[in-house]
Amino acid sequence: MSASEAEHVRQHVRIYLMVFAALGVLTIVTVAISYLDLPTSYAITIAVIVASVKASLVGAYFMHLVSEQKVIYYLLLLCAAFFVVLMLVPLATETGNGPLWPL
Amino acid sequence: MSSTIVIPYQAEAHPLTGVTSGKLGIWIFLASEIMLFGALFSSYVLLRVGTGAEYWPSGVEAGLNVPIGTVNTLILITSSVTMVMSWASLKMDKFAAFKFYLGATIGLGSLFLVVKGFEYSAKFSHHIYPAVGWPEATDPSTFFGLYFTLTGLHALHILLGVLVNLWLLVYGAELWKTERVRFEGRIEISGLYWHFVDLVWIFLFPVLYLL
Repeated sequence: MSASEAEHVRQHVRIYLMVFAALGVLTIVTVAISYLDLPTSYAITIAVIVASVKASLVGAYFMHLVSEQKVIYYLLLLCAAFFVVLMLVPLATETGNGPLWPL
Repeated sequence: MSSTIVIPYQAEAHPLTGVTSGKLGIWIFLASEIMLFGALFSSYVLLRVGTGAEYWPSGVEAGLNVPIGTVNTLILITSSVTMVMSWASLKMDKFAAFKFYLGATIGLGSLFLVVKGFEYSAKFSHHIYPAVGWPEATDPSTFFGLYFTLTGLHALHILLGVLVNLWLLVYGAELWKTERVRFEGRIEISGLYWHFVDLVWIFLFPVLYLL
C-alpha cells in the first residue's frame, strides 16, 4: 500500500469516530423524543426521519457509499424502486378498517 | 483428474464494473436482504394500521424494556465502528490492531445476542411467545408475532456475522500473509454485511420499542 493511501485511510478514521459520536447522540435523541408523549403520527414521522439520518450515516461512511462505483449506485437505485413499491403495497390493501388509501 | 475453478476478479476490480466480484456479489445479496426485511416492514405497516390503535400496544405497553433496547442499540453501533476500524487497520498495515478491532466486533455482536437472549427469556418466563402475549399473556398478539419474527431474523443475521468474522479472525487471517489484497477485500465484504445488519436494527429499535 502506498503512503498516500495509508494517509487517506488515516483521515477517514477521524470521520468514522465523528460518525460514531453522531450515531450515539441520535440514538439518545430518538429515545428522548419517545418520552415526550407526542401524537403517534408526529412520533412516527420524527422516529423515521432520525432513523433515516442514522442509516444514511452508516451507509455513506461505514459502507463507503460516498465514494462507491456507479454500478453499486445503479444496483441500489433499482433496489430502492422495488422497495418503494413494497412499502406502498399496504396503501393499496383493503384492511379490517377499510382501505388504507385513499384515507 | 482434478480441475480448479478460479473465480475471476477476486483481488483486482473488473474493468467493466470497477469493483471486485466479491464486492458486487455482497451488494446484490444485500439488495435481496433489503427486500426481505422490506417485506416484513411492509407487513408491519399493513398490520399496525389495519389493526387499529386500540389493539396495538406501544413497545412500553407491551412490556419491552427501552433502556435494554437502547443499550443494545449502542452495542451494535459500537460494533459497526470497530468493524470499520478493523478494515482501516489492515489498510494502514496494522495487523495487531486489526485483530483487536475484529475481536471487539465479535465480542460486541455476541454481547448483543446475550442481551437479546435475556430479553427473550424474560418474555418466555411471563408466558409471552410469538403471536401471544398482549394485552394478557394468553391473548393472541400480532405485535408479538412481528416482534419475534423481526428480532429473531435479525438475531440470526447477527449470529451469522459473528461466525463469519470469527472464521476470518482465526483461519482467514492466514490469507493476509499470502494474498493481502484479497484478505482486505474479504474484511470489507464482511464489514458491508455487518453494517447492513446494524442498519436494520437502527429501524427495528424505534419501530418496536419506542412507537
